[in-house]
Amino acid sequence: MSGAFRIPGAGRLKQAKTARFSFDGQAYAGVEGDTLASALLANGVHLVGRSFKYHRPRGFLSAGAEEPNALVQIARDDARKTPNVRATVQELYDGLAAQSQNRWPSLAFDVGAVNDIASPLFSAGFYYKTFMWPKAAWKSLYEPKIRAAAGLGVSPDRPDPDHYSARFAHCDVLVLGGGAAGIAAALAAAETGASVMLADEQPEFGGSLRFETGARIDGQDGFAWAQGAIAKLKAMANVRVLARTTAFGYYAQNFVGLVERVSDHLQNPGRELARERLWQVRAKHVVLATGAIERHMVFADNDRPGIMLASAARTYLNHYGVAVGKNVGVYTANDSAYAAAIDLKKAGVNVAAIVDLRDNPTGPVIDEARALGIEINFGRAVVRAGGKLRVNSMTVQPKNGGGERTIPVDAILMSAGWTPSVHLFSQSRGKVAFNDETKRFVPGTYAQDCVSVGACNGTDGLSATIDEAYAAGAKAAKDAGAKAAKGSKPKVDAGESWSRGMLGAAPGAGPDTTVKAFVDFQNDVTAKDIRQAVHEGMHSIEHVKRFTTNGMATDQGKTSNMHGLAIAAETLGKPIPQVGLTTFRAPYTPVTFGSIVGHARGPLFDPTRRTAIHPWAEAQGAVFEDVGQWKRAWYFPKGGEDMHAAVDRECVGVRKTAGLFDASTLGKIEVVGPDAAKFMELLYTNPWEKLEPGRCRYGIMLREDGFIYDDGVVGRLAPDRFHVTTTTGGAPRVMHHMEDYLQTEFPHLNVWLSSITEQWAVIAVQGPKSRDIIAPLVEGIDMSDEALPHMSVREGKICGVPTRLFRMSFTGERGFEVNVPADYGQAVWEALWAEGQKHGAVAYGTETMHVLRAEKGYIIVGQDTDGTVTPNDAGLDWAVGKKKADFVGIRGLARPDLVAKGRKQLVGLKTKDPKVVLEEGAQIVADPKQAIPMKMIGHVTSSYWSENCGRSIALALVAGGRDRMGETLYVPMPNGVIEVEVTGMVFFDEKGERLNG
Amino acid sequence: MLLIRCPYCEEERPELEFRNAGEAHIARSTNMAGESDDDFEKFFFIRSNPKGVIYERWRHMHGCARFFNAVRDTVTDKFFMTYKAGEPKPAKLPGVAK
Amino acid sequence: MAKAATKTNASAMSSSAERRSALAGRSVSATGVRLEVMPPAERISLRAPEASVAALSKALGVTLPTKPKTSATKAGRTALWLGPDEWLVIDEAGKDPLADCAKVTALHSAVGISHRNVAFCVTGPAAAAAINGGCPQDLSLEVFPVGAASRTILGKSEIVLLRSAADAFRVECWRSFSDYVFTLLSEAASDAAA
Repeated sequence: MSGAFRIPGAGRLKQAKTARFSFDGQAYAGVEGDTLASALLANGVHLVGRSFKYHRPRGFLSAGAEEPNALVQIARDDARKTPNVRATVQELYDGLAAQSQNRWPSLAFDVGAVNDIASPLFSAGFYYKTFMWPKAAWKSLYEPKIRAAAGLGVSPDRPDPDHYSARFAHCDVLVLGGGAAGIAAALAAAETGASVMLADEQPEFGGSLRFETGARIDGQDGFAWAQGAIAKLKAMANVRVLARTTAFGYYAQNFVGLVERVSDHLQNPGRELARERLWQVRAKHVVLATGAIERHMVFADNDRPGIMLASAARTYLNHYGVAVGKNVGVYTANDSAYAAAIDLKKAGVNVAAIVDLRDNPTGPVIDEARALGIEINFGRAVVRAGGKLRVNSMTVQPKNGGGERTIPVDAILMSAGWTPSVHLFSQSRGKVAFNDETKRFVPGTYAQDCVSVGACNGTDGLSATIDEAYAAGAKAAKDAGAKAAKGSKPKVDAGESWSRGMLGAAPGAGPDTTVKAFVDFQNDVTAKDIRQAVHEGMHSIEHVKRFTTNGMATDQGKTSNMHGLAIAAETLGKPIPQVGLTTFRAPYTPVTFGSIVGHARGPLFDPTRRTAIHPWAEAQGAVFEDVGQWKRAWYFPKGGEDMHAAVDRECVGVRKTAGLFDASTLGKIEVVGPDAAKFMELLYTNPWEKLEPGRCRYGIMLREDGFIYDDGVVGRLAPDRFHVTTTTGGAPRVMHHMEDYLQTEFPHLNVWLSSITEQWAVIAVQGPKSRDIIAPLVEGIDMSDEALPHMSVREGKICGVPTRLFRMSFTGERGFEVNVPADYGQAVWEALWAEGQKHGAVAYGTETMHVLRAEKGYIIVGQDTDGTVTPNDAGLDWAVGKKKADFVGIRGLARPDLVAKGRKQLVGLKTKDPKVVLEEGAQIVADPKQAIPMKMIGHVTSSYWSENCGRSIALALVAGGRDRMGETLYVPMPNGVIEVEVTGMVFFDEKGERLNG
Repeated sequence: MLLIRCPYCEEERPELEFRNAGEAHIARSTNMAGESDDDFEKFFFIRSNPKGVIYERWRHMHGCARFFNAVRDTVTDKFFMTYKAGEPKPAKLPGVAK
Repeated sequence: MAKAATKTNASAMSSSAERRSALAGRSVSATGVRLEVMPPAERISLRAPEASVAALSKALGVTLPTKPKTSATKAGRTALWLGPDEWLVIDEAGKDPLADCAKVTALHSAVGISHRNVAFCVTGPAAAAAINGGCPQDLSLEVFPVGAASRTILGKSEIVLLRSAADAFRVECWRSFSDYVFTLLSEAASDAAA
């Protein structure tokens, strides 16, 4: 037996299939198809949690996604612990283990419940007022303590082993909500042949047909009709039906985010199954069929376990076959709770009394209840609920005052009416309108191609709902370009219909009382708190919301917003529409981080780019560093070397014999066309027209403001063809920058740009023996200094494959950069390496590259420059064409601040103690004895130990730096002040003789 | 995610393929070197940043790679129209009275 | 020294360097989808104004498409429209389109990018769903028919997408992104049958 409260013959679950589960360590049995909530209720368990602020015992309010109370922690294993799972949504599987939250040491005896007794201290705005001072204590003391005390579950401390999937999808008609309205709309749209997607958050479609007993469509029970219609839709090729799928966000241009819960309901989901799948859907038309949510009655102690929405009790009975009590009371302000009383009574549950706030309502459900012998009290209110861990009585009083009567009950079913679910409509930026007659907000002005149908549109009655939805589905498909529907509209034989009800606090919880009548269960907001917020000056509903936190919990006020608004309006003495509704924001229900991340984790978090030569470097034991998305060989340690030893050896090796360096990541752009040189003249500071084909030039690119944007060596392959190199990190933005000017400022130029970064692998061979290493492998290129001088480029072959061979140097040594098609990169590297071994060449990484270029005073854009450095500041004035009429940045360079005296200029620094290596970023002062804060006149941009110089070297930006040659400056550090001397930027081979050495 | 009509691809494409490139119709002077400080300031630093209709540049970065112009409402994110780079600022916006 | 260095070394010239393509031979199968790395091909990035299209089409032996999101294929050579003056020309027949363009005097830019790109073949009834695991375009046959071609996005990588048959796509990406693209397509493929 799956629980004492399971009623034989009731509900739709197959009793044969049992599922064992545990709650707070206690073992229970449920049946397949149960939610955790229905299975616990079947076992008579109502107490499932403690409230957030007062730690009050809480049970189930609802049977769906709107649940504010029954939040539990579910752990499959140590790494799969999910806090704040709504027990009313979590499907049961065999072996499910759930824990209650927010209680210590146990659910029934919770020390934190002292907050309930001390509750006058914890009124609205308590945290804001009490923990204001001292400010520093908020972070260190108050917040951690409050968080620890409140705590909604425990997050896992291990990486999530599950994987999450994502899919972009497009459709003509997206139907959100799979109740009668959504199904009818989907049928109508699907029958036209339009592509349709239909999503519902529940495992079974049907919406309110899951609990309504009075619905008959096409001659069948409503729920059975829904299942048949879904089977039909699933069989259609143009329809995708998504169960367990929540539309959580409605964004611009009918872009809707859906989360499909793929495997949370399975006992042993295989690793191949995603836990959740994110659907990012672009729909031509959206049909919102999101239904309505029942409101609770706001009365004293309305949060006791056992007090729930009438429709929830009906769902537990009619769908799950579970009675929520043996002796239930009903408290209502509308008809729908009568249906619950009738269903329970018919199932053999005693209904102690119906308490109806209305004076003399009439109607068939009232007659039926009366005929079943249920006691009905009109014009009365429940002013109090008895019991602590479970409700045990309701105290009834005439609504205008008078004698009290206490009725023993073990559950109270309540209904204050139904709130249309306009969340997604509101997210679509549609404006809601208040219907004064029915006291509800319904969709008013639409902002997107969508339509609301059924209960979410304020349409009452099954027949009207199906009519409206079917027509809307057909129209949506037609508007998307489909033909007229071929099918026939479902025929409603019978249906239920409720409207009206009440908003705000019930009698007995009015302004003259101090009772705890909860409006927002999850954030423990009472009617009194909302009134107090208004009294303290919060006159906008947005302020009331934030001051009281009403509607700000994870349920986003699905049951509480309208009550809160009505109480605020009453206190303000204004009509509801003048106070206004708070804005609904995505997500509709909480969404896991995993579903948003989707595939983008681990190796798919961001592309990891590797060069063609990477496998060789890896095999050599290279240590890699991240440069943007690239992995670059940083240094090549040999025999237990640390980084410094390896870099020292590499640095010396390059200058002594030669070194090989993988420069493939350099950005490369081929600039082709008769106006190529003209374009280069405009984009770079240098002159290009007169550069001979076959020669190279170091180019500087500025932004329009005159600051250095990028640099690189450019080779002219032909009169109409340049091979441009950029910095590794700058490649994409330089291409974007060049395209921008070409397309929008200089479109008259006949020139085109193509990225060739990845076409060519680049092997730098640098050092006195570099030519000896390359020459034996090269074909068709004269390698003599006369034929191939420094800064030239030739096309030919190396190892039998095409090469663009640059003679250039970023080390100050004789050097070459061998470009070969990328797939040949590794083989050519290996051939060069084999030649290099004959000469004792080394492989070197980016660190050595940095040291060698610093020894020569060559800058690195982005390290020695920071977006505020001009060519003049960097000592590169020689690279700016003085005779040019225009280039990007020409005007910026003439700005007053850029030509002012005293600008920071790039200089060299030598520490007085050659062994001391400065820290990059360290600040520089002229007088270390001045008062703090000192005047900082510059900072260190590059700093290394140079084994070749036998001392430390550094580059720095220093105010008026070039006028300070030989001056002593100071670098104050935590361990003392370092003395430095300002020098030129070249530390090694000042005359540059080694370029041809 | 917005849908943006690329005037070169002649269809709406997902925003992920695009990159915004700032305010449109700010022409670079043909005599850049001769610009006054004030004119350069206006050209390079000053942007209108309107609430409402903005004329802006986009690039179909991961599509046809073309720069083009768009008219968008910064409040609703609705595009009134897009048009090719170099085409004049439209005198009248589709769907807007006046 | 200079003299010696200019001599060519006959032994080194005799054999060509070995070609090592990224991910060569890799493939993955999942329900409804197969993902394969395609063999190397000759490729150029071709840029030209309208006036040169006829001459270039003649030289290449395939009519350069001028309609957005389309392609044209002839004798193992496919021209994909990427932009109003831009085509990706892929030759799978071992002929060199760069050499063909070199003969054309009409204004154009042809740049060899054979090694820049890596191509994948995604086939099967769930091929479009697998690509939609990272690509935001509508890949229904109505909107992205056979022969449709487009540069677009797959997750965090740019790709060029060509629909070669109702259930077959060619995905091209830059060489260093091929690991990422292959891994993402593999993961998406495993979920594509849903």
